Amino acid sequence: MLSCNIKGVSNGFPLRIEAGKVIEKEVDFNPDFLKHMFAKIEWKALVEGARSMGYAELPEDSPDATVLDSGDETFLRKLHHALLELHLEEGALVCPETGRKFPVNKGIPNMLLHEDEV
Amino acid sequence: MPSRIAEIRLVSSDHEVYEPCDDSFALVDALLADRTNLIEHNPKICMEIGCGSGYVITSLILLLKNEVPGVHFLATDTNPIAARVTNETLEAHGVEADVICTDIASCLEKRLAGSVDVIVVNPPYVPTPDYEVGMEGIASAWAGGENGRTVIDKILPVVDLLLSEKGWFYLVTLTSNSPSEICLLMRKKGYASRIMVQRSTDEENLIILKFWRDKDQEMLDKETSSSSSFLSQFSRSLSSFIEKQWR
Repeated sequence: MLSCNIKGVSNGFPLRIEAGKVIEKEVDFNPDFLKHMFAKIEWKALVEGARSMGYAELPEDSPDATVLDSGDETFLRKLHHALLELHLEEGALVCPETGRKFPVNKGIPNMLLHEDEV
Repeated sequence: MPSRIAEIRLVSSDHEVYEPCDDSFALVDALLADRTNLIEHNPKICMEIGCGSGYVITSLILLLKNEVPGVHFLATDTNPIAARVTNETLEAHGVEADVICTDIASCLEKRLAGSVDVIVVNPPYVPTPDYEVGMEGIASAWAGGENGRTVIDKILPVVDLLLSEKGWFYLVTLTSNSPSEICLLMRKKGYASRIMVQRSTDEENLIILKFWRDKDQEMLDKETSSSSSFLSQFSRSLSSFIEKQWR
């Protein structure tokens, strides 16, 4: 559920991942989708998120957008795996500002706020 | 031929989750009727707000699967049990979506702003006392407050925020929700609209609306909102007045 985490903002971004159980699901490789998403990704957050789920293959610094069209699929394959194939099945997403934990059970993050947090 | 929409026998259930009913079927029928356009639309991110049993999002995925490569699906529900049931329905059909338990799309709005190409919503539209809105469990699936609009009116600005430039929005309404007023509200935000499905059941008159950003509409509204075009606005209302007199 990495994509959700990357997008997930409550009152702070990025949410830190506390990985309990991570599962991998095979997803069809689609370069167009990845190119589309690349522009929207906060690179450091993705790298950090992937690392906390046990995947450290992504380059530390955001690659130049030209790598997307370079014909070299190595990078896209890594992005594909980190973004779409890693799923946080059990664990928590932690707000970097407040430390508030949002539990993830059976792959579903519960982002509901308590009444006093709204 | 494999079914293009979700199969009822594979839809998971729980007594705290709204089961697929006439409104869900009408929404899926609207999506089916628009299938060719949706495929041509080539969406990258699709989303359902208030996914309940998962019947609608699963149907949308099945409609587009194999036709649109590389499309990502998201589904939210404020009811944690509904989120779980949706996951089970998706799994039973062998399809994937990111299910998130959240209020409307809170926690997604900022990062997904302007990114979603298709949003489908079957909101809690039943007119109820306002205190019933926001109750937990199955009540969250139907309690719509005054005129059934309390939650709808909260959803509209969120949808406007999330939709991409080419984004489409499908919404289930009842006649008692004043759909024409909803269209007007959305028109002020620059959206054109049309009725996709209109259906009367024993209990309710359902209207499925589709909205999309209309560039001409936006221009027109900018024009009319500036004071210099007061005259053109006036003449327009005059002509509509005359039109009414004629009828």
